[in-house]
Amino acid sequence: MSHISIDNLSVWFDINEGRVDAVKNVSLRVNQGESFGLVGESGSGKSTILRAIVGLTPTWSGAMAVAGEELGRKRNRAFYKKVQMVFQDPYASLHPRQSVDQVLGETLKLHGAGDVDERIEKLLADVGLGPAFRFRYPHQLSGGQRQRVAIARALAPEPEILLLDEPTSALDVSVQAEILNLLSDLRHEHNLTYVMVSHDLAVVSHMCEKIAVMQLGEIVEVMTVEEMREMKPKHPYSRHLLESSLGYKRRTG
Amino acid sequence: MTRLEVDNLWVKFPTRNGIFDAVRGISFSLGEERLGIVGESGSGKSMTGRAILRLIRPPGQVTANHITLDGQNLMKLSEREMRQVRGRRISMIMQDPKFSLNPVMTVGRQMMEAYATSGRGSKALARDKAMEMLDAVAIRDPLRVFNAYPHELSGGMGQRIMIAMMLIPDPDILIADEPTSALDVSVQMQVLDIMDKLVRDRGMGLIFISHDLNLVSSFCDRVLIMYAGRIVEACAADKLHEATHPYTRGLLKSLPQLDEPRRRLEVLSRDPAWAESESVSGIT
Repeated sequence: MSHISIDNLSVWFDINEGRVDAVKNVSLRVNQGESFGLVGESGSGKSTILRAIVGLTPTWSGAMAVAGEELGRKRNRAFYKKVQMVFQDPYASLHPRQSVDQVLGETLKLHGAGDVDERIEKLLADVGLGPAFRFRYPHQLSGGQRQRVAIARALAPEPEILLLDEPTSALDVSVQAEILNLLSDLRHEHNLTYVMVSHDLAVVSHMCEKIAVMQLGEIVEVMTVEEMREMKPKHPYSRHLLESSLGYKRRTG
Repeated sequence: MTRLEVDNLWVKFPTRNGIFDAVRGISFSLGEERLGIVGESGSGKSMTGRAILRLIRPPGQVTANHITLDGQNLMKLSEREMRQVRGRRISMIMQDPKFSLNPVMTVGRQMMEAYATSGRGSKALARDKAMEMLDAVAIRDPLRVFNAYPHELSGGMGQRIMIAMMLIPDPDILIADEPTSALDVSVQMQVLDIMDKLVRDRGMGLIFISHDLNLVSSFCDRVLIMYAGRIVEACAADKLHEATHPYTRGLLKSLPQLDEPRRRLEVLSRDPAWAESESVSGIT
């Protein structure tokens, strides 16, 4: 059975002059322990799908189920124990006036953990930060360290599924390598299911087994990472994306 | 032919803990070519671009033996004379159009202003020139864009407008600071095509500042790799993948590659000696 199943999901936003259809009739399946990538250009609706899963978009239609449970309008605490999200910008997703200890402690308490002290130290160790980082504030951390804290926060409720929204696009390539390695390790240690959004096809090919290409709110193609590496997409738009990602081709003449 | 030569450039900022050297004694030249400057955040690549235009404000300090543009030493010019250089002879495209366009002025007015400050021609001429440039940067409906405010346009359009605006005065040298990193790949390619064409057709010199190694190696002619304010390696762009410096090698290895899967990405271990060793000359 699929860990995440989405059928005919549409998400729209009502604005003054009318409505914007951000996601149109999208269906996808993600198996337990799988890493699934969503790629596409800005505005293609890839992040909106993640936001719809965690209940951050009020207007949607279709059906979504996580671990066999149908999702309704509201998400309960049990849901957030299963599904957590890591956001793109570690500079914006951590509260500037809360120390790492507060960020993690609050999340743990919310999910009813008893041994908060031990758990915080274990979480920090899991993401490769020493205990010295526990009482630091976000401004005392580098971009990579902040993203590690954000990942630790997501891991706090011991989720089964992590939704990763461009987790490394704000980071330098050497730091990106560290975070991607960390995410790979965590996935194997905790048997996590990933859904990862990125505009960087190389990053997605490194992290994911299956990749969906999105354009204008629709999934135009789902391919395996092998098909992508062999440069054998079926849809012209996927081909265009793949070719552009290989670097600049000088026009002759 | 060398158009711009930078000799022993330093950029310093006094801080509470002493002087911080953002750029530490780098030298390079630029001909009619595409010169890439790559490095990670904090390596001094953007500061180098700004220092050439003398856009570093006090308390920051810029020193150099000389920054020569076609035989004229920019370090010796007064602020007033420098204004004749900025825009007209050396233009700069910044990373994010959101912060570089005036939000309360229509695109057309901003572009005409760029033409007026370059000190030529009537209003009608300025308008024609602005429309022509919008067309040159592949904007489909120039008239609509001319009358639009920046918030009514997408990021890609904003960036192309920035480029159009910088090209109105027909500069000899263009410094592009991460001009495409906020753009989607297909728009990115269009923007690069435009800049490429300018180098070929007008003999412009381009300094292309970027953190994207693959992009720089496929787009530029020559690359300088910066680390901790110094140039650690200079090489031909198509030879970037054969780079020898451990920092460059480390950066290349830390990149995931579509065509060659790796189980784990290599993590860069930094050698303090890299920051200490002398800067490599980028003069050809």
